[in-house]
Amino acid sequence: MDYEKLINCMRCGMCLPHCPTYKETFLETASPRGRVALVRKFQEGELEASERFLDYLSLCLDCQACASACPCGVNAGELVAEFKCEKKDRDGLSFMEELVLHRLLPHPDRLETAVSPLKLYQRSGLQRVVRKLGLLKMFPPRLSRMEGLLPQLPASPLRRTLQEVTLAQGEERGTVGFFLGCVMSLVFSEASFATVQLLSALGYRVITPKAQKCCGAPNMLASDRAGMEEMARFNVELFSSYDLDFIVTDCGGCGAELKKYGHHLEGDGRAAIFSAKVRDISQLLVEGAALLGERLHPLPYRVTYHDPCHIAHCQGIRNEPRQLLRMVPELDYRELADADACCGSAGTYNIEQPEMADRVLRRKLDTIRNTGADYLVTSNPGCLLQLKQALARTEPQIRVIHLTELLHASMTG
Amino acid sequence: MDKPFIKALGNIVGEQYTLSDRESLAVYGYDSTPELVSLPGAVVLPGTAGQVARVVALCHDAGITVTPRGSGTNLSGGSLSAGGVVLQTSRLNRIVEIDEENLTATVETGVITSALHRDVEARGLFYPPDPGSMNISTMGGNVAENSGGLRGLKYGVTSDYVMGLTTILPNGELLKTGGKAVKNVAGYNLNDLLVSSEGTLGIFTDVMVRLIPKPQAKKTMLVHFPELEQAALTVSHIIAARIIPATLEFLDKVTIRCVEDYAKVGLPLDVEAVLLIEVDGHPAMVEDDAAAIRAICEKHRCSFFQTAATADEALKLSTARRVALSALARVKPTTILEDATVPRSCIAPMVKLIQETARKYDLTIGTFGHAGDGNLHPTCLTDERDKDEIARAHQAFAAIFDAAIAMGGTITGEHGVGLAKKKYLPKLVGEAGIRVMRDIKTAFDPKGILNPGKIF
Repeated sequence: MDYEKLINCMRCGMCLPHCPTYKETFLETASPRGRVALVRKFQEGELEASERFLDYLSLCLDCQACASACPCGVNAGELVAEFKCEKKDRDGLSFMEELVLHRLLPHPDRLETAVSPLKLYQRSGLQRVVRKLGLLKMFPPRLSRMEGLLPQLPASPLRRTLQEVTLAQGEERGTVGFFLGCVMSLVFSEASFATVQLLSALGYRVITPKAQKCCGAPNMLASDRAGMEEMARFNVELFSSYDLDFIVTDCGGCGAELKKYGHHLEGDGRAAIFSAKVRDISQLLVEGAALLGERLHPLPYRVTYHDPCHIAHCQGIRNEPRQLLRMVPELDYRELADADACCGSAGTYNIEQPEMADRVLRRKLDTIRNTGADYLVTSNPGCLLQLKQALARTEPQIRVIHLTELLHASMTG
Repeated sequence: MDKPFIKALGNIVGEQYTLSDRESLAVYGYDSTPELVSLPGAVVLPGTAGQVARVVALCHDAGITVTPRGSGTNLSGGSLSAGGVVLQTSRLNRIVEIDEENLTATVETGVITSALHRDVEARGLFYPPDPGSMNISTMGGNVAENSGGLRGLKYGVTSDYVMGLTTILPNGELLKTGGKAVKNVAGYNLNDLLVSSEGTLGIFTDVMVRLIPKPQAKKTMLVHFPELEQAALTVSHIIAARIIPATLEFLDKVTIRCVEDYAKVGLPLDVEAVLLIEVDGHPAMVEDDAAAIRAICEKHRCSFFQTAATADEALKLSTARRVALSALARVKPTTILEDATVPRSCIAPMVKLIQETARKYDLTIGTFGHAGDGNLHPTCLTDERDKDEIARAHQAFAAIFDAAIAMGGTITGEHGVGLAKKKYLPKLVGEAGIRVMRDIKTAFDPKGILNPGKIF
């Protein structure tokens, strides 16, 4: 690890009010500045990577709100992730990690097959029975939590049904490669379908290479750098074989990871070119705002927007989604307080750290409720899963949808 | 620290709010002060004023020291403890009352300064002190350090707003001072004695501050000066023209260059100084003041003058000042931010002296700050691994403090003495000053329980 990055922290504390876990605990060990200090002390040989030490670091959501706030450009979330990767390089992956990250994720077919029993579980009515009888209490808490997050799955993943090439409508503006995230394809296929439709309507030819693999973000969550690099190399190779103006994704997590390929595969010129072409869908839609604006029909809803960490903090995109929402006629846009505070989903955090995830989530739900919105819009599958499930329970009148679904609904009237 | 004592602390505040593991002690071994590290023996986070009193009483009886800490943004090492108990006040964070008839706010000590701002401003009221760390600093910490901020010129500093305090004394006893009465001359003014006591006389549990009506209008101006003296004269002449801006901020050449490198806000690199000026009050008065300020700036050969027409534009104009610290802090790993303060008529000679001192000791020092009240922030950009450079930085600051004292100024305008400025204090207040302070300390805290080793 680059020691320079650690000593750049001047301990000013500007990160503290932005850190979800500090706000909950007021503990220095649960703050970005504290985490940087812990990693630094480890590097300096003053602290060992004891179980408690690792517990403290594991409380980090890696939402990177601290990086947005830091005067010195220190990214505590990234430093913690880097520390964990170095540790994992030494310790190796667990059996389950090896299975999921190396045998399942790199193969979309296997992944889709693995998910199909869940569909059977839902369609057969078994889920209803299990939930009604409270049978989940008999399962280990982690499993029952995961079951709770499970949304209604689409009949088939978008990757299976989408054409490799979707033609541009009207005059062609260019060609984009669509990076279809795993969870978007498997769970939120309607949103990604809407994304492709919007791009086509704005005059983009959309190529969705079927062989694409996971972006590698889950590998990074498990501190598996080698696995992530393998995915990155494959995807760079694949997308480089097409002549693309942009590479677009509607998944905040994928976008943040894809934009880092150039950094991850340092020295690989094609990876740098790949990353430079990556755009979040909101960035491209804003570029075509004039054309899009003409085609939007009124949607008389009260709408608020939650900034996914991977979009606001990791990619610095804040204005574009709001600008797009404000373009929809008759839409009553209401700004969410602390809109860029993490919802507690944070990859697998809500499974790994259920108690803290729930505390962070509770704060988010309060601010959403206070807007009086009918629709909560966001653009990252993790946030969608987390907030859909939570709001269905506490505020069933608030619907949670992806940005492109709302825009597509407005476009098709 | 021995186990039974930790257990006794846990019995008062709860086990989960009593920390004594190696990792926790390590991260409570610092605040925002560069270089200083000192490990406590335990950390407690009491949830009520009663728990604060019981912790202090327990420590008093055991002869163990207590150091209060808010969010740990102290810039003079004031919240560090050497082996004692650090008492973090963050959980005491309720806004107790906003009294719109008496125009007072009563808050628990751990309330965040900007949270109070938001709350009172939503009611058309105003609590002016706005230290740079206001988004995380606590009200108790602001009172203990007598924090200032950008609006000090017109509105004063924390002490100008403190009306009442509830304080736990070093033996655990509760002391109430001041109150809602605007006039109060009963006995010694203990409020004022406790303000800026840096946690050495007592630990606040409640703070009552005065509020004022929120100014109706505001105007922001950005001005460039090719000559440093002319910028400084502008500051003096604005005040001499009977105009008191809410904000009158200054950036020197080094800071301008760093800001431009970092944020590309369009500052020309050939100017010697930039002033950010903000006037507020009645809309008509704001217009008049802005016009008069423009005339004064032009008379002093400014090369650029812009007034913001909208709130968005005002935000844009103030970008350079807002990012000044970030821009400087990114240049090198270690950033030493000081707060030497001089009478405002001495701004130009002080800035010159800082620039010459930087040259003499071969250092990069950017200066920005509150020109209107003479409170400058010479900021040394260095690297803690370069022992030689750090030593030169300390020599340079010693020279800067000497000069500030000679000009009738002070070694610290708003950061406090703590550990970092201890050795300079005798020069400023003299033997008698130190003796009186020591006597006051002994009267409050004969056993030396509270935040020992700070100030003198």
